[in-house]
Amino acid sequence: MDRVPVLTLGDILLVSIQIDLEDQLAVRLQEDLADRIVATGAHGVIIDITALDIVDSFIGRMLSTIAAISKVLDAETVVVGMRPAVAITLVELGLSLQGVRTALNVELGLRLLGRNRADRLEPVDADAIEPLEPTAAT
Amino acid sequence: MDAEATARLHTLLTTHRDALVKHWVATVAQTLRGRQSEAELQRQVEEVLGALVAAAEGGRSLELATADSGELRAVLSELSGNRARQGFSATETAVTVFGLKEALLAIQPTNDAKRLREYVEYSRFVDEIGLFTFETYAKAREALIADQAEQLLELSTPVVKLWDGVVAVPLVGTLDSARAQVVMERLLQTLVDTASPYAIIDITGVSAVDTQVAQHILKTVMAARLMGADCVISGIRPQIAQTIVALGIEFSDIVTKASLADALAHVLRAGGADVARRAARSVA
Repeated sequence: MDRVPVLTLGDILLVSIQIDLEDQLAVRLQEDLADRIVATGAHGVIIDITALDIVDSFIGRMLSTIAAISKVLDAETVVVGMRPAVAITLVELGLSLQGVRTALNVELGLRLLGRNRADRLEPVDADAIEPLEPTAAT
Repeated sequence: MDAEATARLHTLLTTHRDALVKHWVATVAQTLRGRQSEAELQRQVEEVLGALVAAAEGGRSLELATADSGELRAVLSELSGNRARQGFSATETAVTVFGLKEALLAIQPTNDAKRLREYVEYSRFVDEIGLFTFETYAKAREALIADQAEQLLELSTPVVKLWDGVVAVPLVGTLDSARAQVVMERLLQTLVDTASPYAIIDITGVSAVDTQVAQHILKTVMAARLMGADCVISGIRPQIAQTIVALGIEFSDIVTKASLADALAHVLRAGGADVARRAARSVA
């Protein structure tokens, strides 16, 4: 039976969904991801849905569930590459991906996860963290 | 019109052709009041008359819907289409055809009952082609309006890149659902194409906002957020702010800024850039 491959990139897991997700496949993906997060100690999960033409309420709920599971295992989930048509449909249906962070592409998703990690762990560079004062710009 | 009447009309039209054209042109020229040269009008009238004679030929009964009248229909469509594009009114276009009635009356006195009955029959046919002319006139006008609406749609929705990773849509004019839809799709597509995590929707040029338009803007912001981009709305005018509050529209957690400049400064800071004004140089 088909499986959605889960790739490891440092402490981040990358999942690229290229096929239609059926119930079985989705459940298996959830299990695989949970296993891999624990096994690798990953801190971030990136789910790439560039190839998906349709995101229905089922897939929407699955993404939310994955995000919730990852959260429990201390990993942040970012959904990347949602197409405009998909986003419009989701809004029209009134679905919001609860608890899921999004980015335009994998690169920006990686950056987003990297920034969060930096915020959490390594306040090395004081300048980078300092909240920006509203300087005399206005 | 039956075959007999058609034959009589055909004879009438061919024998009195010149007088007919003269009367016809005179009648129509009066209503057009010099907006079209007489020579041009004469050409048009002769064209219609020629087509009418051709349609009445052959001894069959004259009906506008038959294949025999194809030429006549084409001539009439062209005439009314041209009139519509040149800005003539519906009356002026219809009168061009109804002028034939006056002309027929002038060349054929109706003092006996038989003639009168014939005239009524011709008149009915002229009414028919008049209606046809009016219908094509209306169609031509509608096509014109549809074209213009489409052009307006195309010209009014640019998505511009303001900075690395920042795109903006300056909205101008009235927003209806169709335009809002186009703006929404174009903005989202640009976000993907340029991988810009920030978008600014500037509504300085929007004259009015109703619930539907606000709904569309909100949906755009939500869709952009789902895709992983942040939207800022700028340039809300005082009246529009009042309308939004009066209508009870929730802009909730969407960032709104007074001007495009403020919005740009905001997203640059959010993106991690420092925005600062240099100390003013002292004037020596």
